[in-house]
Amino acid sequence: METLTLASAINAGLRTAMERDPKVLLMGEDIGSLGGVFRVTDGLLKDFGPDRVMDTPLAESGIVGTAIGMSMRGYRPVCEIQFDGFVFPAFDQITTQLAKMHYRSQGRITLPVVIRIPYAGGIGAVEHHSESPEVLFAHTAGLRIVTPATPQDGYLMIQQAISSPDPVLFFEPKARYWDKGEVDVDAPFVVDGASAAMSHARVARHGEDVTIVAYGPSVRVALQTAQVCESEGISAEVIDLRAVSPLDTSAVVRSVKKTGRCVVVHEAPTPFGVGAEIAAKVSEEAFFALEAPVLRVGAFHTPYPASKLEHDYLPSVDRVLDAIDRVMVD
Amino acid sequence: MDAHGPLSDEGVVRLLTHTGERIEHPVYSRYAEDLDDATLRQMWREMVVVRAFDREATSLQRQGELGLWVPSLGQEAAQVGSGHALRPADWVFPSYREHAVAYLRGVDLGNLLRIFRGLEHGAWVADEHNFHLYTLVIGSHTLHATGYAMAMDRDGLVASGDTARDAAVICYFGDGATSQGDTNEALIFAAVNNAPLVFFCQNNQWAISEPATRQSKVSFAQRADGVGMPNVRVDGNDVIGAYAVTREAMERARVGGGPSFIEAFTYRMGAHTTSDDPTRYRTKADEEFWAERDPISRLETYLERRGALSAEYRSETTEMARALAADVRVRIKAAGKPPTHEMFDHVFADPHATVDADRAWFEHFERSFIDAEGGL
Repeated sequence: METLTLASAINAGLRTAMERDPKVLLMGEDIGSLGGVFRVTDGLLKDFGPDRVMDTPLAESGIVGTAIGMSMRGYRPVCEIQFDGFVFPAFDQITTQLAKMHYRSQGRITLPVVIRIPYAGGIGAVEHHSESPEVLFAHTAGLRIVTPATPQDGYLMIQQAISSPDPVLFFEPKARYWDKGEVDVDAPFVVDGASAAMSHARVARHGEDVTIVAYGPSVRVALQTAQVCESEGISAEVIDLRAVSPLDTSAVVRSVKKTGRCVVVHEAPTPFGVGAEIAAKVSEEAFFALEAPVLRVGAFHTPYPASKLEHDYLPSVDRVLDAIDRVMVD
Repeated sequence: MDAHGPLSDEGVVRLLTHTGERIEHPVYSRYAEDLDDATLRQMWREMVVVRAFDREATSLQRQGELGLWVPSLGQEAAQVGSGHALRPADWVFPSYREHAVAYLRGVDLGNLLRIFRGLEHGAWVADEHNFHLYTLVIGSHTLHATGYAMAMDRDGLVASGDTARDAAVICYFGDGATSQGDTNEALIFAAVNNAPLVFFCQNNQWAISEPATRQSKVSFAQRADGVGMPNVRVDGNDVIGAYAVTREAMERARVGGGPSFIEAFTYRMGAHTTSDDPTRYRTKADEEFWAERDPISRLETYLERRGALSAEYRSETTEMARALAADVRVRIKAAGKPPTHEMFDHVFADPHATVDADRAWFEHFERSFIDAEGGL
């Protein structure tokens, strides 16, 4: 076991994947000598050289489009998009090409491309540096969308993403980059395809009275809320989805059948979001177990505000507690 | 015709005039020296056969057998000329109008029609022909070609020391695609990575209804100057010129000389697609002017003058064209609707819960009818 931050755990996962497979290469802006603006690729240029850690021209569509071409020849490019709000020039390549090539070619062309995107807010950044656009991609078939919440998951999930034959959008909660946690770097890595942990939700905390569903940066908020609940005599179960697509609703349904109550927390705006999808699934599959409506705690349907306002914009422990109070009313 | 810009004849390399005269060029003549009469005759035949196929496909669309057709009419020389400069190991990234290149790469044109009948999105195995699938989003594939070329370079297929083994990539796109961000990014990525790649722009003068002057103030070849890339304009209706400039650029790419840009100045003699109506935006006079510059007739005139086109060869070619057209007609009309479950296949390489759930639901739904009808 080692104690690592999320950023250094992903770094270690990238390194391990690059050592394991010479076809893995990194592409992005400032990922070489700078080590990325968040230092997630720190030291990799020195150890793997510029052919495998490529500083690219400043063009996101170009990064993803050329990664597609390289993956057609068997390479496994891991692209870094510098910030969430800068992914949109690549939106076309991701949604019309990367997501659909396997389908278009009737399974003959696989594109094992990973796109790493530091996302979500809470770091006092300027405009376009704090967004949560994961749902925009989740609506496109052909993409796997995952997001780790802990250093251990960061280490393992990046390796699973790289080994996946499908394109993976790997959303990294940037506010959690400096959070430390125990990471088992010696755990044997098993290429286990769709059964990879990255596709399956985990129970981050067991509880009996209410289910809090979260992913990425909101898992910490959910856990903090659960702790406050405990002091108030409410036992909250926290589910970390890990994946937005495929969305593992079975873990949520199982939990809600036990608790009868469900609150979904995410930083992305509430309308048309993951919370809406979960609320629909829970009402389809656990309707008669419900003691209260499923509630959503997400960002408002406004553009991301100036950073001095972001703590009122993002789901906070108090806002999640407010939702829990409402679902706990008999 | 404008004296400058994308609709001018300025700087165009030409080795065969529209009246069928062979002329010399200080740089490019030597790249066409290997084109003997037998090869030129073959090129003429290929253009004739693909044109017959193209006309048949248009008819099939008019008769309701295809949802849409994208004619290559008038662009046969640009495609056959450049296509002849390719080796089997080279890779082609087409847009969606490169039927003649597809033919040269051995793609079954009858299968190609399946895309346009709505039977599938792909229709051939790219690896079997080193000919990637058609890409309908304009310019997107220029980046795939660039990445692919960068990967070929890494794989040691470029400047290997064995010039017979070296390979490169050619990417086809149109005048409209040059306005896309992706195409411009592709030029930049290819240039700074010294990718073994030839950008082959068929300036057919029209992006649906918009003339090339809506895309550019300068010739399209000049765009490449901005990224420091060698470039050339060629008469795209001159199959010999198209061959020569492509051969030169591909040879440079294969030995590590980096990317080039070719603008083949041609004319889309037909509509953009069968859904288009060129009478709304271009003149009869314009069409007649370009009909006189038909890529096939000029080569025919040249070969006839040399006595290199026998009546037998002609009739054999006519028969080949007829047979191909008849074959694709019969086959595409006989092609049945794909089984419904195929829509769930290949969304992901690994099983994905959401798709699996949709498939299972649909199968259950279908079965419910059978059960209701008494186990048919």
